[in-house]
Amino acid sequence: MNRQLLAFAARATIPVMMGYLPLGAAFGLLMAAADYGPLWVVLMSVIIYAGSGQILGVSLLAAGASVGQTALLTLVLNFRQVVYGLSMLDKFRGMGWRKPYMIFALTDETYALLTGATVPPGVDEHDFFFAVAALNHGYWILGSLLGSLMGALVGSIPQGVEFAMTALFLVIAVSQWKGTRDHVPALLGLGVTVVSRMIFGAKNSMLLGALAILVVVLALRRQSQRGEVQI
Amino acid sequence: MSHSVHSLLLIAAMAAVTFFTRALPFLLFDHGKEPPQIVLRLSRTLPSAIMAMLVVYCLRELTFAAPGGWVPALTACLLVVALQWWKNNDLLSILGGTACYMALLHWFG
Repeated sequence: MNRQLLAFAARATIPVMMGYLPLGAAFGLLMAAADYGPLWVVLMSVIIYAGSGQILGVSLLAAGASVGQTALLTLVLNFRQVVYGLSMLDKFRGMGWRKPYMIFALTDETYALLTGATVPPGVDEHDFFFAVAALNHGYWILGSLLGSLMGALVGSIPQGVEFAMTALFLVIAVSQWKGTRDHVPALLGLGVTVVSRMIFGAKNSMLLGALAILVVVLALRRQSQRGEVQI
Repeated sequence: MSHSVHSLLLIAAMAAVTFFTRALPFLLFDHGKEPPQIVLRLSRTLPSAIMAMLVVYCLRELTFAAPGGWVPALTACLLVVALQWWKNNDLLSILGGTACYMALLHWFG
């Protein structure tokens, strides 16, 4: 892995870093409040690596939930990630020993970056993907460790930095919009999720409802949009 | 069972289930066989639908009772879209939008 590749990957992952450091720190702080030290925090960030999943995990640990309960809630919360893999089947093909890691590290944000990323010329695509995934994982571990260590000492994370995550998703949505003439999926995603938010409230279940409807509608939609550009 | 062992079991369960949900599409459709048409069609259209879904999800905490509950986020979103539309520079759009959001939060806070 050469220096040029790392520079490209570091630049591409800056928005994720700005999101993962404060979010990871928030997770570390919550764990500290539940009396779980840095070793626990790092263990979870290394082997689970899921933002909302780990934050849910804090309350499950603190409440001493059963293994079955924990597995079921994690499954429901993470179910949207099943569909991420579909658009990565081709991208990850031929990645050899790095492929299991790529699948493991396929978070919302890494998925978003890999979907939208243009690989710089002269850089091997698979090396670039791997560097992006590993850097994001590193930011997450580092953020959670910092949150855990500093605990109450630092007090608060600068307010509003987490908007970088929203901006990242928006930037990719705009690029996707410009890359296709078929705007139905994006508009449908927007509309269905707004309605789902109004029905389910600001909880994770809003994603499940929206996702189920989107998969069914898009699967049943008639094919052959002429002039469609592959994205 | 000691508290630590139970905690380790819960963490192992979370790790296993999270990896399982991420690996499922690869287990089902990655053995050289061409996935069915319906799966191919979904993989072409779902990403834009999901990206829009994630944007709305990020904005799920907006409230409309007072301007402070929605003006900062929606203004910053408009700026991001405008910057990305005209300048096509990911980093500029994200940094510009985030700075705008932080400033407006401060202003309304």
